[in-house]
Amino acid sequence: MKNSRFLAIFVVALLFAPPVLPEFYITLLNYIGLYAIVTLGLVLLTGVGGLTSFGQAAFVGLGAYTTAYLTTVHGVSPWLTLPAGLAVTAAVAIAIGFITLRLSGHFLPLGTIAWGISLYYLFGNLDFLGGHTGISGIPTLQIFGFEFKSGREFYYLIWAVLLVIVVATRNLLDSREGRAVRALKGGSLMAEAMGVNTPRSKIVIFTVAALYACLSGWLYAHLQRFVNPTPFSLTQGIEYLFMVVIGGVGYVWGAILGAGLITILKQWLQDWLPQLLGQSGNFEMIVFGLLMILILHRAREGLWPIVLRYFPERARRPRVAAAEALPCRATPLAGSILLDIRNASKRFGGLVANDNMNFNVRAGEVLALIGPNGAGKSTMFNGISGVDPLTSGEIRFCGERIESLAARDIARLGMSRSFQHVRLLPTMSVLENVAIGTHLRGHKNFIHAACRAERHEEARLLHEAALQIERCGLAEHMYDAAGSLPLGKQRVVEIARALAADPCLLLLDEPAAGLRYLEKEALAELLRRLRAEGMGILLVEHDMDFVMGLADRVIVMEFGRKLAEGLPEEIQRNPAVLDAYLGGVE
Amino acid sequence: MDLQIALLLAQDGVTNGAIYALLALALVLVFAVTRVIFIPQGEFVAFGALTLASLQAGKLPGTLWLVFGMGVAITAIEVALALNERHLRRIPLIVLFNCGLPLLLAGFLFAVSPATLPLPVQVCLALILVVPLGPMIHRLAYQPIAEASVLVLLIVSVAVHVTLVGLGLFFFGAEGSRTPAFTDNSFEIGDALLQGQTLLVVVCSIVLIIALYFFFERTIYGKALRATAMNRTGARLMGISATLAGRLSFTLAALIGAFSGILISPITTIYYDSGFLIGLKGFVGAIVGGLASYPVAAAGAILVGLLESYSSFWASAFKEVIVFTLIIPVLLWRSLTTRRIEEED
Repeated sequence: MKNSRFLAIFVVALLFAPPVLPEFYITLLNYIGLYAIVTLGLVLLTGVGGLTSFGQAAFVGLGAYTTAYLTTVHGVSPWLTLPAGLAVTAAVAIAIGFITLRLSGHFLPLGTIAWGISLYYLFGNLDFLGGHTGISGIPTLQIFGFEFKSGREFYYLIWAVLLVIVVATRNLLDSREGRAVRALKGGSLMAEAMGVNTPRSKIVIFTVAALYACLSGWLYAHLQRFVNPTPFSLTQGIEYLFMVVIGGVGYVWGAILGAGLITILKQWLQDWLPQLLGQSGNFEMIVFGLLMILILHRAREGLWPIVLRYFPERARRPRVAAAEALPCRATPLAGSILLDIRNASKRFGGLVANDNMNFNVRAGEVLALIGPNGAGKSTMFNGISGVDPLTSGEIRFCGERIESLAARDIARLGMSRSFQHVRLLPTMSVLENVAIGTHLRGHKNFIHAACRAERHEEARLLHEAALQIERCGLAEHMYDAAGSLPLGKQRVVEIARALAADPCLLLLDEPAAGLRYLEKEALAELLRRLRAEGMGILLVEHDMDFVMGLADRVIVMEFGRKLAEGLPEEIQRNPAVLDAYLGGVE
Repeated sequence: MDLQIALLLAQDGVTNGAIYALLALALVLVFAVTRVIFIPQGEFVAFGALTLASLQAGKLPGTLWLVFGMGVAITAIEVALALNERHLRRIPLIVLFNCGLPLLLAGFLFAVSPATLPLPVQVCLALILVVPLGPMIHRLAYQPIAEASVLVLLIVSVAVHVTLVGLGLFFFGAEGSRTPAFTDNSFEIGDALLQGQTLLVVVCSIVLIIALYFFFERTIYGKALRATAMNRTGARLMGISATLAGRLSFTLAALIGAFSGILISPITTIYYDSGFLIGLKGFVGAIVGGLASYPVAAAGAILVGLLESYSSFWASAFKEVIVFTLIIPVLLWRSLTTRRIEEED
């Protein structure tokens, strides 16, 4: 556990810093701590979630101004203004998130730029907030008669808060909800198909990042005992993002490193640059800008991974603890109709990819969908699973109409799928990838995760994921990065992930592609076992030996239409099918 | 508010709106072709205006040193690449093009006194000084990471923006500049007085927009840009270089930006950092058009101009707040009409 080692060294260094350091360095460390609280939110948002915000400074401002106004004008205790500030910030963040996060990724940063500017001008022009001169005379913090009067006393408070947030953030990422968040970057489509409400996950991490910023603002206001709009401008918001990108946007410690580096560098440049250039002004931004461009060209992960290279990782073998099995869905009666598709059509502009398709899938059978490339098989899959809804037609699943439901709601009803183009998160382990499949079987939320109140459930989820991995014959790869497996095995990981959702209908898109002979045999054996347990399986596959040896019924598609339907041996003799596959003999 | 004030404000709004529309077009163009959200667009506005002002004041514009410095940086990179690939014969051309041309320009500015030249020549000189920055910035900041995600490109844009603003402060100082009007004519329409400069801005914007239309519809380079915007890989397979398309779109963006700055500088005082807010208002227009549609972006920009002008009358302190809050309902509407879960690239 490299991270814990860092944490231990870090805490010891922090404890012994104040008595030996002069006042100037304590002040610097206080600012680094305050900035790092904000940048940790950005690690969560940008590094993990793949979203970003230039408006964090405005959230810091909300926290600072809320407490400044309430304590000076209304005499409210600072311990009450903190929840007030957090509530205001959460409301604003949720509203902005709701508006921008359903759009493609770049609307959030653009929205936060606009919001950062608006709020800055608002702070500066509202008379009750003191306009551009700001609010002074903010009281100090007191607890049980102890007063946080000087920077030295505040130092412990700031860094204690920071450490709590570091631990909470790490806990959060190592949980069911955390896995969903980590899937946002490059895996939204897959996550939705596994039942993750991705817009909600995005709004949550945006709100958490905003709350961290607000907390930093509250601390700032009581440390400075004075606020004005300047530290909450867009420039500062940009600087926060620079800190985290330079430090290492995907790493909790990168945020602290970045905050430290930029703060110290800024101090130094502000002393030297005006002398060097013979003018006064914010010239340090030129250096920061160039540094950012260089970092993004040469070391996009930031500086922390470079630091990490000097600390070799100790090999470790995590073990999945045995845990109580998760409850399972009631198995539908064998032979009952699970999926019923009527007059399903899908058009892309003028192209009709699915034209009036009708078929059904029963519990305890394997139905194979075959046809030449471009026949519309994958489109049909996407239509059924809600990834890309139909243009017209009806789909019933377990008796419910699902054609206009979102993918995650269909998943909740008990349908699970694999993708033709493997959609795994390559840097996460096989175990974690499969655990995403269990998402809908857990219920604990972000708050439980942050304070580790979900360990019991988490153990059960991981145990379930491990069981499915073993069942699919991948036990030896459990802790390998999913991206390091050969493509054929990655497809099997997709199947394990689909099974982890405890489905009653399994949609498999070309599961045997890229598998070797023995692996195919093992896969066919697994599918037969699932069928015997009563699961319905809808299969798209090009390998005819595999299909004909396994399927109960076969549907042939060509140009979006159903060409033939029947038992495997009937299909093999069907002249129209032979024509479609081998070309007509004139 | 009486009719006369209303008309005056409308005139103001349309003038600014026309400038925002030009910038919105440039932003949509750059985004469509290169996926870069070009935050530094506004800096070209400020640099264009301040370069013209320096020329008129008989000072050597700082932009010259910027062009020269970037030329040296590009030379260093290209020469290193050429050495690496053993293409030694390319080196003299690289040095001549990237260092020689800026030196030639510097020599010219030293030889003549720009302040005494007629206005059209000064305008051309200012454009010659500012427009090369576009392709140079593309070469230095964006070309090495052309395949990166939109998010990374956006962060680079912000980095380029803060660098340019800092350099703007260094080269032009903190004082603002205003250039003399191109024309002192004015017309009376009913009660209202129509300023010649206002008319000039609107006419120039319309002419430029029509010229861009013909460029995209009728010329092979314009079509190449459109092809790249629609499908980068497909365009590359047809032999259109994505690098060339990127460089061309940045050149156009710089041209549009600098020209907008020159048009607007007789109307408002331009400071080294004025470009950012002007560019962002172009952005609000572009966002109204979903960063995709040119006509809607232009209409959105005019709307921003009008909104700004009327809100400066009713609540001048909250002008910026009102303009930038406009994107909230726009984004809300877009968000409610989108259902698809998008895969981030």
